[in-house]
Amino acid sequence: MAEMDTSSGGSHKKGPGVKKAKKLSTRVDLTPMVDLGFLLITFFVFTTTMSQSTAMNMNEPKDDPEQQLKVKNSGAMTILLGKNDQVYYYFGQLEADKVSEQFKSTNFKDIRGLILTKKKATNIDDLMYIIKSDKESTFKNAIDILDEMTISAVPPGHYAEVDMTDTEYQLIKQTEQANGIK
Amino acid sequence: MPKVKIPRKSTAIDMTAMCDVAFLLLSFFILATKQKPPEVLSVTPPESVSSKAAPDKSILITLTKDGKAFLMLGDDTKKEDILKDINTTKGLNLSAGELAKWKKQGFIGLPLNQIKSSLALSTEIPAAQMPGIPTDSTNNEMSDWLRSITNAYKGTAQNKLQEMLLVKGDNSVLYPAFKNIKQAFKKNEIYKFRIVTNGEAVPVGSELYNSQPK
Repeated sequence: MAEMDTSSGGSHKKGPGVKKAKKLSTRVDLTPMVDLGFLLITFFVFTTTMSQSTAMNMNEPKDDPEQQLKVKNSGAMTILLGKNDQVYYYFGQLEADKVSEQFKSTNFKDIRGLILTKKKATNIDDLMYIIKSDKESTFKNAIDILDEMTISAVPPGHYAEVDMTDTEYQLIKQTEQANGIK
Repeated sequence: MPKVKIPRKSTAIDMTAMCDVAFLLLSFFILATKQKPPEVLSVTPPESVSSKAAPDKSILITLTKDGKAFLMLGDDTKKEDILKDINTTKGLNLSAGELAKWKKQGFIGLPLNQIKSSLALSTEIPAAQMPGIPTDSTNNEMSDWLRSITNAYKGTAQNKLQEMLLVKGDNSVLYPAFKNIKQAFKKNEIYKFRIVTNGEAVPVGSELYNSQPK
């Protein structure tokens, strides 16, 4: 393929004094070209993105104070997002004398199981996850927890983002200190 | 006894075929991939299991690592209307020439009161030096922007707008920055928007995984 027919017809005469032209091979060494080809391939593989960014739907509730008090204690699970990717949770409502039993800390790895256990143990109509983000939690945490809801197939309307109360914030601070999270 | 002659073969291999393959792959990669658009704002979005592709044309609010908010108006047909609207509602006193210059800029990352002076400059301010659009609760200019945007997409274009509103945030942005953006949306009675994420596979064995048709 890379060769060409170089054998000339030999029609012209060559006298005794005429030097025979040295026949050069037209075979080109393609190794450098192959090198270049693969170099460019690697370059393109590294610079381009195959994965397209996706979009996640976000539905915010209307601010409606009447709607907020309708959550049943038995079906509620409050998930609190703290700094350093820490997750805290409690079921129902915090009761002053049982706080230390109720308020537990976990992480993003284990929260999926907890969400699922709660979902299976609760009547779907009563089920409600309340998500509260700390000032020091990140955007990633907020998206991750919403993603966990999608992963565990919690129907929309059964989870909501709510502002954190001061008591909860204090509890997180205490737990952080106890666990040595800076 | 005659020696057995081993025919000596040349070790030079014909590289033509390999060369063909290399360039075939090269052309495939060039054609199949999309070149990354030059990103002035480097942001690593979080991951989600959502599989919907982000639309190309969009109104994008970007939150950078340090919590600055930037706005990109990707729909050229409405961009002028939006800028005109904010010019009149917020009294920026921009001339037609300044508006045209503003329209050419890629994204908005300045407080409204700095817009006029920045347009007088001969060069654009680099993104890293822009302070971002103020979003705190006392002066949430993002909500002014969103009002102008909703004004521009009045009537039938409303549905189109819902598809286009995107928020892209860096992984390490603190939550209050995102909350301010949400507040701006709520103030304008926009309850639906979308978050730009990187696609991620649905974890095997999860509820969502089991409910998906195989």
